[in-house]
Amino acid sequence: MLRDTWVLFRHGVRTTLRQKVGIVFGAVQPLLFLVLFGPLFTTIGTWETLVPGLIIQLGLMSMGLAGFGVVFERSSGVLERLRVTPVSRLALLLGRVLNNAVTLIIQTALLLAAAYALGLRAPAAGVLAGFGLVLVLGVSLAALSYAVALTIDQNLFAPVMSTAVIPLVLLSGSFLPMSMAPGWLDALSHLSPFRYPLEALRELFHGHYANGTVALGVAVTVVFAAVSLTVGTRVFNRENA
Amino acid sequence: MIRTTGLTKTFGDVTAVAGVDITAEPGEIVGFLGPNGAGKTTTMRMLTTLLRPTSGSAVVAGHDLLADPRGVRRRIGYVSQGGAVPPAEPLRGELELQGMLYGLGREESAARTRALLARLELTGLEERPGAALSGGQRRRFDIAFALLHEPVLLFLDEPTTGLDPQSRANLWDHVRALRAERGLTVFLTTHYLDEADALCDRLLIIDHGRIVAEGTPAALKSGGRTLDDVFLDITGRSLREEAGV
Ligand SMILES: Nc1ncnc2c1ncn2[C@@H]1O[C@H](COP(=O)(O)OP(=O)(O)OP(=O)(O)O)[C@@H](O)[C@H]1O
Ligand SMILES: [Mg+2]
Repeated sequence: MLRDTWVLFRHGVRTTLRQKVGIVFGAVQPLLFLVLFGPLFTTIGTWETLVPGLIIQLGLMSMGLAGFGVVFERSSGVLERLRVTPVSRLALLLGRVLNNAVTLIIQTALLLAAAYALGLRAPAAGVLAGFGLVLVLGVSLAALSYAVALTIDQNLFAPVMSTAVIPLVLLSGSFLPMSMAPGWLDALSHLSPFRYPLEALRELFHGHYANGTVALGVAVTVVFAAVSLTVGTRVFNRENA
Repeated sequence: MIRTTGLTKTFGDVTAVAGVDITAEPGEIVGFLGPNGAGKTTTMRMLTTLLRPTSGSAVVAGHDLLADPRGVRRRIGYVSQGGAVPPAEPLRGELELQGMLYGLGREESAARTRALLARLELTGLEERPGAALSGGQRRRFDIAFALLHEPVLLFLDEPTTGLDPQSRANLWDHVRALRAERGLTVFLTTHYLDEADALCDRLLIIDHGRIVAEGTPAALKSGGRTLDDVFLDITGRSLREEAGV
């Protein structure tokens, strides 16, 4: 299982790295926000508040659409061919998801580098911890994205996922902290699982490590990961996906 | 090599396969014939572990289909009707990956890929993505994917559709040679009855999800009829019955 995961992962990474433009392109939106909205935002807030929001936005957009790859593999018959090999279905999922993790690492690093150049001054420990949190979150979202891609009609995947991601980004408080929102919107945003890791990320970027917000963010991320990976494996295991 | 009992698949209220009993002996080439929609592909997808039977059981390549699908997968090769060539990836890398997923080392997988490409007259095309190939070339890559790990049992779902006569002859020569060398068992569908006649040791004819005739080409043709006559006779009659005539 581990070997198969590794073989699939390495193959996938090689394919992904061949499309360097694709990786950068996936990070363009948050980078634009950083450069064209950041200077505006920092007249009322700090880079340490804005950048975590953009990282979450990046993760949601980039990993939420990860399932797109498998839509093509499904329609070209490649997925079915892989399903006839003795490779475990979990390896088929993990190989892909880990490859997505590499993409996310590169994109997040790009964003962070640009943010440092513009004035972000977050402590290294906080950034590293945040990186870990975002990776787990992104990988889980990718697994969920694959589950959706294998379940719904292949023509619906792109419109459904890109539409679903927008409210999740907005409700997580990605652009402005939800503490600034009217009561009803603040209440609604508690339904978005991404609000909690985002608030944790902001704490970490401000150098606050041991508090309830961070703990809650980590807890929600772990639960989200467990649910997503379970669902993802289920769907990959299904006999006729 | 294959032994099924009462294999059945229903999709909602469509009964695609209605309790088929199939056998294939080691080293046998079995032709699975039938009109469009008869249930050939559905049967193959069950036998290759892609589709869970609604009922019935099967032992494929020495392993129980339901209890040990992985054991089955290790020993079979499958060329699906729709093909499985990625449009955008260079195919050599995909073939090498396929070999490694069957447990081959990287070197070994690369060596087998080279040998197989030569044998299927695909050398020189392996750095191209699927989209840059002709239909028949893609079909031959499908076959390469299915043979790389040297399966003992090969499922071919209309493998020669789109192949020119020379490629067809080449493929059948290759299949016959594999049988002679390694005792490969082959279970195949085709709509070319002349091909079935020439290649297969035994034929099964399926219609409306049921096996309606079985025997060697010679036995089916007894009485001086051609295989086309037999086929039309068997499946044509049942089509008229379905229309209520
Ligand atoms: N996923 C599905 N859902 C509903 N019906 C299906 C599904 N797959 C196949 N069928 C039906 O099951 C029957 C058998 O289909 P199958 O693909 O096995 O035929 P076939 O013998 O391979 O035909 P062909 O020669 O055209 O390839 C057909 O009536 C088909 O419409
Ligand atoms: Mg078919």
